[in-house]
Amino acid sequence: MDKRADGRKADEMREIEAKVGVIKRADGSALFKIGDTIAIAAVYGPRELHPRYLQNPETGILRCNYDMASFSVTERKKPGPNRRGVEISLVTEKALLPAVDLSQFPNAVVDVFVEIVQANAGTRCAGITAASLALAHAGIPMKDMVAAVSAGKINGKIYVDLSKDEEDVEDATDIPVACTARTKKITLLQLDGNITKKELIEALILAKSSCEKINKIQEKALLEFYRQNE
Amino acid sequence: MTSKLLVKEKEIVIPGQELAEGLDYLPSHGSFREGNKIISNFLGLASINERFIKVIPLTGRYNPKINDLIIGKVSDIGFYGWTLDIGCAYNAVLSIRETSGFIERNDDLTKHYDYGDLVVAQIIKVTKQKQIDVTTKGPGLKKLIGGKIIEVTPSKVPRMIGKQGSMITMIKDATKCNVIIGQNGRVWIKGETLDKEILATKIIMKIEQESHIEGLTDKIKEMLQEKE
Amino acid sequence: MNNEYIISLIKENKRIGERKLDEYRDIEITYDVSKNAEGSARCKIGDTEVIAGVKMDIGTPYPDSKDEGVIIVTAELSPIASPLFELGPPGSWATELARVIDRGIRESKAIDFKKLCIKEGEKVWMIFLDIYPINDSGNLIDASVLAALAALKSAKMPKLEDDKVVYGELTNEKLKLNKMPVTITFGKINDKIIVDPDLKEEEVLDARLSISIHDGDIHAMQKGGNEGMTIEDIEEMIDIAVKKEKELKGALK
Repeated sequence: MDKRADGRKADEMREIEAKVGVIKRADGSALFKIGDTIAIAAVYGPRELHPRYLQNPETGILRCNYDMASFSVTERKKPGPNRRGVEISLVTEKALLPAVDLSQFPNAVVDVFVEIVQANAGTRCAGITAASLALAHAGIPMKDMVAAVSAGKINGKIYVDLSKDEEDVEDATDIPVACTARTKKITLLQLDGNITKKELIEALILAKSSCEKINKIQEKALLEFYRQNE
Repeated sequence: MTSKLLVKEKEIVIPGQELAEGLDYLPSHGSFREGNKIISNFLGLASINERFIKVIPLTGRYNPKINDLIIGKVSDIGFYGWTLDIGCAYNAVLSIRETSGFIERNDDLTKHYDYGDLVVAQIIKVTKQKQIDVTTKGPGLKKLIGGKIIEVTPSKVPRMIGKQGSMITMIKDATKCNVIIGQNGRVWIKGETLDKEILATKIIMKIEQESHIEGLTDKIKEMLQEKE
Repeated sequence: MNNEYIISLIKENKRIGERKLDEYRDIEITYDVSKNAEGSARCKIGDTEVIAGVKMDIGTPYPDSKDEGVIIVTAELSPIASPLFELGPPGSWATELARVIDRGIRESKAIDFKKLCIKEGEKVWMIFLDIYPINDSGNLIDASVLAALAALKSAKMPKLEDDKVVYGELTNEKLKLNKMPVTITFGKINDKIIVDPDLKEEEVLDARLSISIHDGDIHAMQKGGNEGMTIEDIEEMIDIAVKKEKELKGALK
């Protein structure tokens, strides 16, 4: 039973591609592709924060916006924000915040924009992973890097990086997880489905080790960027 | 517990990367201590100076520091003096008191520095709230007239200036251009001819792109000799 | 900050990046950049980058054109592409951009809308053309039009079952484009005319004119900028546009 529809093993992620510096006007930017999901992230900042009532005199704030291109999904999504996007924007911010240090930027904002250009499940995770690369590229002081991937349960077995087809299986449980590289803390955790504690722990352990693999790819992408001028 | 360096001098490091362990090493700019380890805040170059480990960031907007020479653009004028945009999240304030030249009580301040004027100034104070005070009292501090401005990554500025100004002097001599480099990544170039300004611009951009590569100085020398 | 510098360069027929006054930056078009779209393409002009996606659905025709399909063009100026774009509903620039793209396609009759009719008065194909700039380094109009044409030209009709679209399954039938109305955008700085203004030139230009052209026929025009132009300016621009059309069409192959 162990091979998945696309031939992957249970603990195998889809093919990954990561690139830094893809948007020239942004202070930092990155592309993260996993299977057929493509996320682009841009970072602008630290910059002045308007409106003023949002300013925090003690520290800079992190503001994230997640958006899916209308044509990124099989049934067209009307351009513009929707409730799902608002929620994902929020959890993206929470996933990245523990890794950044904005104490040097009172009253300022670091804006992170994630755009999904092509969607095949795992989009919020791809967005968070791309955003972490973009923050590093932008020179935002960070304490850690963040990677994210979804784990899931289908028919009683635990898998990592569910594709859309797998997500759509009846009673599949989808668990997006983000993890910091060095301190290995979980900064994003969501779940929808039906799962026992034992299964969940197994999924989290699998997600964590997969995030570590993604961290290595992130490191490579950052060093690549530096070297491309040689 | 013995202390150990985990990176080499001028090694490229990423945020969250462990640079050293043990209490003998101390964090400096761009790094921090967590428990037993010294960790990098940035994507950049590790630099070790005896017990201090710092990381020079490859990228990032300008972080204002006291004594920095900066090139600011007048964005607002008030009873206090001028507000300058210096290319980061915070503006600098040039008060009347800190301005070179004599300003009478009811003078029209725009006659001194007008909206949009470019000014070379020096930072004399940065508060925790990032209120920045600058002065134009001092040698070389003035309004800039003519010429052009290029924007480069602030972390590349030391390389463009060179040890004791060696790089910037070489560029100025070879292109016969006047060049002023602000720590905030703004570079002002004024030459006798447009072509000379274009050459100086090319050199600065090359340094911007290849600042971390060995043999850059020789490459630049070649570029300058070719054009003569 | 560089306004005077750019003007002084242009006086000597020079531009940043050593371009000639009538020269485009490097143009690169990539097809099929988004698999879930019925058609998609990315166009880069220099550092400016735009992605266009085509999605199709069945809908009811407009009452005054009962036997014609429908195209709806939207431009999403995401803040990802520029520090000057803000979140929120389309502003005037996004609206202008979408309408300029739409006009070029519509007025040139590039699409035969009658062929998109399934049942007169009841069911027609609706084409959603969505434009997403990814990086604005000047001249979004030309890059968007090229991305749009590339996306439309390579778009495949989705499968229909019982008059409902089966998403994810494409037929091999292409959405036919009869014309390729490329757009050439000009800037006027002092008295000089330049083609394909980049970011810094856009900030300085006195006037801007975009010309949508196919086989020498002009199908749409849009003037922007705060200053005026002379008829001579416009004549000069049209002459250059006729010459440039070939180059842009070549990039679409």
